[in-house]
Amino acid sequence: MIALADFLILGAVLFCISVAGIFINRKNILILLMCIELMLLSVNINFIAFSHFLGDIGGQVFVFFILTVAAAEAAIGLAILVVLFRNKRSINVTDISSMKG
Amino acid sequence: MTAALNHLHLFVPEIFVASMICIILLVDAYVPKAINALTHQLSQATVIGAALLTLLNQPTETTLLLHNTFVSDSLSVTLKMAMYVLMFGVFVYSRSYLQQRGLLKGEYYVLALCALLGMMVLASAAHFLSLYMGLELMALSIYALVALNRDSAQSSEAAMKYFILGALASGLLLYGISMIYGATGTLELKAVSDVIAEGKAESKLLLLGITFIMVGLAFKLGVVPFHMWVPDIYQGSPTAITLLIASVPKIAGFAMLMRLLVDGMSGLHSTWGDMLIILAVLSMALGNIVAIAQTNIKRMLAYSTISHMGFLSLGMLVGTNEGYAAALFYTLVYALMSLGGFGMIILLSRSGFEAENIEDFKGLNKRSPWYAFMMLILMLSMAGVPPMLGFWAKLAVISQIVNAHMYVLAVMAVLFSVIGMYYYLRIIKYMYFDAPAENSPEIEANTDMRWTLSLNALAVLGLGLFPHTLLQLCQNSL
Repeated sequence: MIALADFLILGAVLFCISVAGIFINRKNILILLMCIELMLLSVNINFIAFSHFLGDIGGQVFVFFILTVAAAEAAIGLAILVVLFRNKRSINVTDISSMKG
Repeated sequence: MTAALNHLHLFVPEIFVASMICIILLVDAYVPKAINALTHQLSQATVIGAALLTLLNQPTETTLLLHNTFVSDSLSVTLKMAMYVLMFGVFVYSRSYLQQRGLLKGEYYVLALCALLGMMVLASAAHFLSLYMGLELMALSIYALVALNRDSAQSSEAAMKYFILGALASGLLLYGISMIYGATGTLELKAVSDVIAEGKAESKLLLLGITFIMVGLAFKLGVVPFHMWVPDIYQGSPTAITLLIASVPKIAGFAMLMRLLVDGMSGLHSTWGDMLIILAVLSMALGNIVAIAQTNIKRMLAYSTISHMGFLSLGMLVGTNEGYAAALFYTLVYALMSLGGFGMIILLSRSGFEAENIEDFKGLNKRSPWYAFMMLILMLSMAGVPPMLGFWAKLAVISQIVNAHMYVLAVMAVLFSVIGMYYYLRIIKYMYFDAPAENSPEIEANTDMRWTLSLNALAVLGLGLFPHTLLQLCQNSL
């Protein structure tokens, strides 16, 4: 029997990987987008685990909404990425730092 | 089935805006471009119509509807009315600016109205689900708006940064929400508050949840140390979009604070109050000091936003209804001043020229004494000089801090306000005491923009002479 704590640890590990990916990654914006997706999925694990162990359906409903929003978010993120690539001819993280101060 | 539809008239403004968005999309696609003023007028009509519907359908008491996901109370009515007024101003100011740059398309209006709809839902959120959906509808629309100028490398860079940091903030907020859900077993804000009050919640999970939620909120509000996106986005977006970002979403940010922290987690006030103290002090310090070093006026106003958001958090952390009323008053006043300030930048810009540098305000008094005076009112108000409205807002917040016996905080708030005065006064010095640059042309703007901008600045002065009506309104809303 897998306990609630195991699911929460899995969620926390995935969450940490995704946050670390956003901050450590110095190469590619696509990887940033993947990290954001991973972050939302790790939250989903938490919600489903809590929902199952609390016997409350609300958390699972929330997960469907998060999945939908994540799809919309990926669409907008990729659209912005295409625009950025047309203007800069690059999707390097180091190249998007023209504004400072 | 019928229980879900009870009190549905309170939801009519949202339904109206959503329907109008669909109609505007169709009209924009099928009506010839020669009469594209129609889209503009329809959008204005949407805002006015939503305002009328909100006023006609006011709740007599706090009412929950749609399976307890949506709350209608006097606070939501006040916040929504403020959003409509600001959105109306944004549409008026943006039109000629966007037209001159070939950006005035149907997308702008549809996305701006979608953002407005998201903020309306956020102002009425009574459930984590409606709060999250409102937040994302607002944020996704604004990401797209920032990238509206597709050929500008700077705009697309700003949009990418905003998108990544915004999505990160949503992720952190969601992680916090999942922890609160685990600790309390419910997603309704009212029920969460009840469970916390009964002391039945798992305290470690609760603490973890509130920490993540505070980080997410701080990102969204743009307070230090989660402020790094604010200056870049303000500078990189087209000024008309900066105007939108700097005014209406501030009201939504306050709504989010109220719904999450006060409606949902007032029982944890001692925890989030302490966190807000740190955020507020750091924001006021960094915002006011770094703004001095800026030469780009949009960037300078971005740092000024950070310091004002710190001031707003000061009002929240007192934890009394009077404190929240002061914070609401501060938010409304700041949004009005910010609308006017960015409106002035748009007024000075013309096709092929962005009035982005503080030097562009040099000698404005010689070129146009009336608008120099309007800018004077706005800058003095932001600096907090009596009798402008900004002074009363700062006074309201600081007096609440003093009432709560947090004297050190009050002294710091005053001190940083004085430091902040420097960069507002520098603009006034440029306008009145420096010679205008060579070949600076006349100000060209259409009549409705001139009138609205004058009205906006005079409102800051006029309401400042009689601050009690607005303050009373804020106190009655809570």
